[in-house]
Amino acid sequence: MSALGLFNYWAAIFLMMVGFYTLIARGNLIKKIIGLNIFQTSVFILYITMGKITGGTAPIFVEGGRDVVYSNPIPHVLILTAIVVGVATSAVGLSLVIRIKEAYGTIEEDEIEDESL
Amino acid sequence: MSHHLPVLLVVVPLVAAPVIALLNRPRISWAVAVAVTLWVLYAALALLSQTMVDGAIHYALGGWVAPYGIEYVVDPVNAWVIVIVALIGALVTPYARMSVEREISEDRIPLFYAAFILCLTGLLGIAVTGDVFNVFVFLEISSLSAYALIALGKDRRALTASFQYLIMGSVGATFIVIGIGLMYVMTGTLNMADLANRLPEVASTRTIPVAFTFLTVGITLKLALFPLHLWLPNAYTYAPSAVTAFLASTATKVAVYLLLRFFFTIFGVTFSFDVMQLDRILMPLALVAILTMSLVAIYQENVKRLLAYSSIAQIGYIVLGISLASVLGLTAGILHLFNHALMKGALFMSMGCVMYRVGSVRLERMGGLGRAMPWTMAAFVVGGLSLIGAPLTVGFISKWYLVQAALEQGMWPVAGVVLLGSLLALMYVWKVIEVAYFREVDPELGITEAPLSLLAPTWVLALSNVYFGIDASRTVGIATRAAELLLGVLS
Repeated sequence: MSALGLFNYWAAIFLMMVGFYTLIARGNLIKKIIGLNIFQTSVFILYITMGKITGGTAPIFVEGGRDVVYSNPIPHVLILTAIVVGVATSAVGLSLVIRIKEAYGTIEEDEIEDESL
Repeated sequence: MSHHLPVLLVVVPLVAAPVIALLNRPRISWAVAVAVTLWVLYAALALLSQTMVDGAIHYALGGWVAPYGIEYVVDPVNAWVIVIVALIGALVTPYARMSVEREISEDRIPLFYAAFILCLTGLLGIAVTGDVFNVFVFLEISSLSAYALIALGKDRRALTASFQYLIMGSVGATFIVIGIGLMYVMTGTLNMADLANRLPEVASTRTIPVAFTFLTVGITLKLALFPLHLWLPNAYTYAPSAVTAFLASTATKVAVYLLLRFFFTIFGVTFSFDVMQLDRILMPLALVAILTMSLVAIYQENVKRLLAYSSIAQIGYIVLGISLASVLGLTAGILHLFNHALMKGALFMSMGCVMYRVGSVRLERMGGLGRAMPWTMAAFVVGGLSLIGAPLTVGFISKWYLVQAALEQGMWPVAGVVLLGSLLALMYVWKVIEVAYFREVDPELGITEAPLSLLAPTWVLALSNVYFGIDASRTVGIATRAAELLLGVLS
């Protein structure tokens, strides 16, 4: 397979690194959550790509079609679950950010550390 | 009904959690939570005794046969972990009533119990399932509710601790999902037993070692193995006392179980330790964890933080036993899983009693507590002795097996580090005992003994430290059986 044929995997790796970098390097708590979301989304693309077969169709039984190629539906189902988990994680994270803003008056990590001293 | 026990173990608390939230009365919510945890304990013990007699129990969810459907499998390894989680849950919930009334505002108490039972559900689910993606789902159920529980702490630093845990925990969980996905793409299955059959065929590809690496990093982050432990000290220090006692004794233990399951059952001991040479990375990290984290614990002024660092060191002991990859080493690790839950449960619960009466667990506020709260501090001493590894306590049993396992492979320096770790534990436990027993109590504060409903669960755990330290035949028997099963010595 050529490098271009692996385009989706390159995209997944790129998004993964962008998300991971944002998560580590940014001091703003909202930006950290955004980074986490991008990081998780890259995994969704990775999974969906795995289930795709060239020329594959939706996995609905075709009458008399013996040589029909079906794409694997399971990665989609798994990722549907993972998306729900991702939404829940963001919700908990963002509500924590609200509480932190109420308690500290800021959502910048370095300012929170100064406050805590 | 007993046929459906494996799934009821998860479904009952899962359904009870929203009911507890909807009842919305602190006392009633608490009563339902206690009933649920007691039922879970009964189910866990029934499963353990059943699996010790009949071997592994397989349960196909909705009648869909594995590997197509999700399968729950109970064998001595996870029955053991389920019993640990259920036992601590059944002791912490009665304890929580008074502790939580003091530490959490009244309108949030029903939600606290809902989150608590959800966390219990997640931990039990991870242990009982035989499907790797199901593991991830339950992992997130337990983690998300744990973040909420930690954020309920009185101190505002509980919020930042929870946020930090959320970020690191989610990264860990995502790493685990990547690992699971890469395994799925090579084998086309998510069932653990099926994976174990199909992985050897594709083990020589590059994808499987990458999957293995992602899983290792993700799981060790969840179990707080040095140097991925950064989320743990703050989370344990600022969480409400009951939550600390519960999470310290169960959450990391379930993560250790995942480590065992993935490395021994799914990848197999040959791949994990001969091909990937996992012991070369796990053992040094475990040894560093034991030494550095015990040293850091000595310098802590907040006793909950001190115990949190000690927890990271104790996780080092468990991982050390696993990294030896022998029957004795694994037995020591699995034994310490249970024993550490007993000792840290007792210690954190006694700190919860101190928190209830004194309102702080900083050392400078604890002077003379040995006289003001004799029963609380006596429980701390018993737990502390167990932590050090004094004879007649469970700590001694696990260290005995660990040293034996190290010597069996001729690793004298490793045995030395284990003993040195005990010495360091003596130093940090003594630091608390010195303040509590050899300083004068301030009579103006009028501190009295903690109420019975806090003391009773604390002492149940403290006494079981002694009981299983004197008669270890049952625990050692189960741990040995689990170790043999994981190593494939016995089928």
